[in-house]
Amino acid sequence: MLIAVLLGFLFALFLVFVGKFFKGKLAVISALVPLALFIYFASFIPQISKGEVISQTHNWVPSFGVNLGFTLDGLSLLFSLMITGIGFLVFAYTASYLKGHKYLDRFYAYLSVFMGAMLGLVLSDNIISMFVFWELTSISSFFLIGFNNTSEASRKSALTALGITGFGGFSLLAGALLLGNMSGTYNIAEMLTMREALVDHQYYVLAVIFIFGAAFTKSAQFPFHFWLPGAMKAPTPVSTYLHSATMVKAGIYLLMRFTPVLGDTPTWNTTLTIIGAITMLYSAIHTLFRTDLKGVLAYSTISALGILVFLIGLGGQAAFLAAAVFIIVHALYKATLFLVTGIIDHQAGTRDVTQLAGLKKMMMPVFIAGFLAAISSAGIPPSIGFLGKELTYEASIHSTGIIILIAVAIVLTKILLLYAGFVAGIKPFTGKLPEKFSEVKMPGPLMWVPPILLAVLGILFGVFPALIESSLVKPVVTALGVDASDIHLALWHGFNTVLVLSLITIGVGILLYFILKPSVKLENKIGKLEPISPEAILKRISYYFTVLSRFWTNVFQNGYLRNYVTTVILFLVILVGYIFFGNSRLVIDHNQLSEITAYEMVVSVILVLGVFYTVFTKSRLAAVAAMGVVGLAICLLFVFYSAPDLAMTQFSIDTLTVILFVLVLYRLPKYLTLSDYKMRIRDGILSLAFGGLICVLALQVLAEPQNSEIGDFYAKNAYIEAHGRNVVNVILVDFRGTDTLIEISVLAIAAIGVFGLLKLRLKSSDRAN
Amino acid sequence: MEILFAIIIGVLYAAGIYMILRRSLVKLIIGIILLGNGANLLIFLLGRISEGAPPIIPEDSKMFLEAYADPVPQALILTAIVISFGLQSFAIILVKRAHKVVKTDDLDEMNATDEDS
Repeated sequence: MLIAVLLGFLFALFLVFVGKFFKGKLAVISALVPLALFIYFASFIPQISKGEVISQTHNWVPSFGVNLGFTLDGLSLLFSLMITGIGFLVFAYTASYLKGHKYLDRFYAYLSVFMGAMLGLVLSDNIISMFVFWELTSISSFFLIGFNNTSEASRKSALTALGITGFGGFSLLAGALLLGNMSGTYNIAEMLTMREALVDHQYYVLAVIFIFGAAFTKSAQFPFHFWLPGAMKAPTPVSTYLHSATMVKAGIYLLMRFTPVLGDTPTWNTTLTIIGAITMLYSAIHTLFRTDLKGVLAYSTISALGILVFLIGLGGQAAFLAAAVFIIVHALYKATLFLVTGIIDHQAGTRDVTQLAGLKKMMMPVFIAGFLAAISSAGIPPSIGFLGKELTYEASIHSTGIIILIAVAIVLTKILLLYAGFVAGIKPFTGKLPEKFSEVKMPGPLMWVPPILLAVLGILFGVFPALIESSLVKPVVTALGVDASDIHLALWHGFNTVLVLSLITIGVGILLYFILKPSVKLENKIGKLEPISPEAILKRISYYFTVLSRFWTNVFQNGYLRNYVTTVILFLVILVGYIFFGNSRLVIDHNQLSEITAYEMVVSVILVLGVFYTVFTKSRLAAVAAMGVVGLAICLLFVFYSAPDLAMTQFSIDTLTVILFVLVLYRLPKYLTLSDYKMRIRDGILSLAFGGLICVLALQVLAEPQNSEIGDFYAKNAYIEAHGRNVVNVILVDFRGTDTLIEISVLAIAAIGVFGLLKLRLKSSDRAN
Repeated sequence: MEILFAIIIGVLYAAGIYMILRRSLVKLIIGIILLGNGANLLIFLLGRISEGAPPIIPEDSKMFLEAYADPVPQALILTAIVISFGLQSFAIILVKRAHKVVKTDDLDEMNATDEDS
């Protein structure tokens, strides 16, 4: 399974090198990758339908409990088949849709990375590796959505999608770490065994919020839904792939995967039901006001996702069964509708529903595909959509609680979805053909075969639901932790409330389709509500955030060295001073201290005077000379306190520095006092505080016991091992010889720098004079 | 003597920071040098100071027989002195060149990198 997951990535890598051969006629060959994967996963169907769970583990970071563990159960099998199956059709379709595109190879690379990431996501058994794949889908979808990178709108919507889903990824990571801490494992199967402990844990609600944050952003739930319509800027194959079967279903997958672990609590069920209901109704209403075909499809996708979240929230066998069937239904008809829209856009050059009409004359097969998908989306028998709708109604009206409200919401949503499906799948093909479309041609088979294949499957599964019953649907319900043995799918359920609701839905929906015509006027009306939409609010927040950060940057990154230094020192003084004086008392043991002799006193006084003279003199030469005096006084201190080598080094270096200063700097401008009086007082206080702090700290450290282990080691071995009597020298040239060598090279580099600067001939234009 | 040492270190640090906060580049370099000296002395003091006991093994023995000053801080400081010389000389030359180009020693006036000012 590892190979299966990595295949997408490997293929992308392969395209980096040989991509140019895949731009022309060979492009269609790349569809073999998802096809092979599809066959591979399909071969597991017999095993999975028997109730087996296949898992494989590869060690990755075992010390952190992070493994590349892959588990194939009913749930992941269904998603894998959708990812690779629809992936195969999209790959093939793209070869014709983007024929001759300059960056076709890149497109395939992004697409296959995305496919690999999605497979990894749904197969991962380890929540950390799941997070990694989750992020990979966000990143690769960023490239896919922004594929038309010359268009500003396209780049912007890619960025919005990345921002929103990236936020969700962050939330998933937080949830993963929290769950890992709560349960002591990152393995989802192991978490399953300690469900009780997790649900009763004090951080349960927090963990659920994090998981919801991830799922709602990825699956475009209200109020994070707006990235999805924006993502329609992508080429249509991308929209097909991302929004019918993969990207947006990742959130649904996450919720389903965690249902047996965290689900079936009031928190879980209520939140999901409410958010799902709001989302499905809100965006279903939005579809009425769209004139762009893809806009209609985008909002109906959000609505369908809302239904799924709602069903997961209801819980129980009926709802999970409905969700499992509806995932298949939605993937089939939504992919078809997107592909059909892509064909219309490609051939007729527009996606505006108000203009499109009568295209069935030229493209009958496309119309058939669109029509079949539309009736599946409408839930008209004998499509599988009918089955999905019946099950959804069944689950909703059998649930306890505010039944009427829920039933009304779901029926209303379904009516609107029917309308959306008809607008996208039927409207462009019927009616009178406008003059300007008379030249429209039929696309190549690579484009029209995939949608018709999917649409026919939608009808086939509807007529023979046994085809998917035990192979796909039952294992999914089992994976959700519910007994599935008594499930039986059938198109005809007999005369009951559900059938009445179905009939109402179909009747009202078709009526709505004939009465309401999409128009620009309607679209403009909803545009007036834009300022209070979640998107606008979020954009305003991010705008003010940039204003704030610009202000913040201007205050702290002001470009003045002294302000940076002041900030750092002030912070240090306050923080260290606070902790230091808050916790400890200065203890000075006078017995341990050595005596002060007269000559030491003299040297110290000279040193301090030198420092003061350096600081306050008005002559540069005097300052440099005084600095030399300070250096020499330090040199004497080294002599007094048993450091002859240091004294020698200090002496020579100090002398050299003074000479260099005098030689180089005698021609500089006048040594001015540039700061004003107040500034100097302020800096003086700060410096004195800092100096005082260091002084007190030094005394405090002296009160602590000293560890001289390292020094003893060198002293003991200096002569025995290195045959040198001067221990300091032995350390430098023998024990730490490599360090010294590197130090010498640093000096050499500095010397080269100095030499270069001295020899640098400036162009006349660079000179100020 | 340790207290006096600590005071000297404090004075060097204070003077170093004060000079670094000035606008003149030359003062900045002087500040860095003073601060560096302060840091050296601080390391020296924290390694405990002792008089008349250099870490040199006597001629007639293979090991120290009496107390000796800790050689490790000394080795550290020696390295630090040499490296800071590299830094200082480079900085001094850099100031000189910068002055040749922009004709000023005031940090606040050096706000253009590649234009004539």
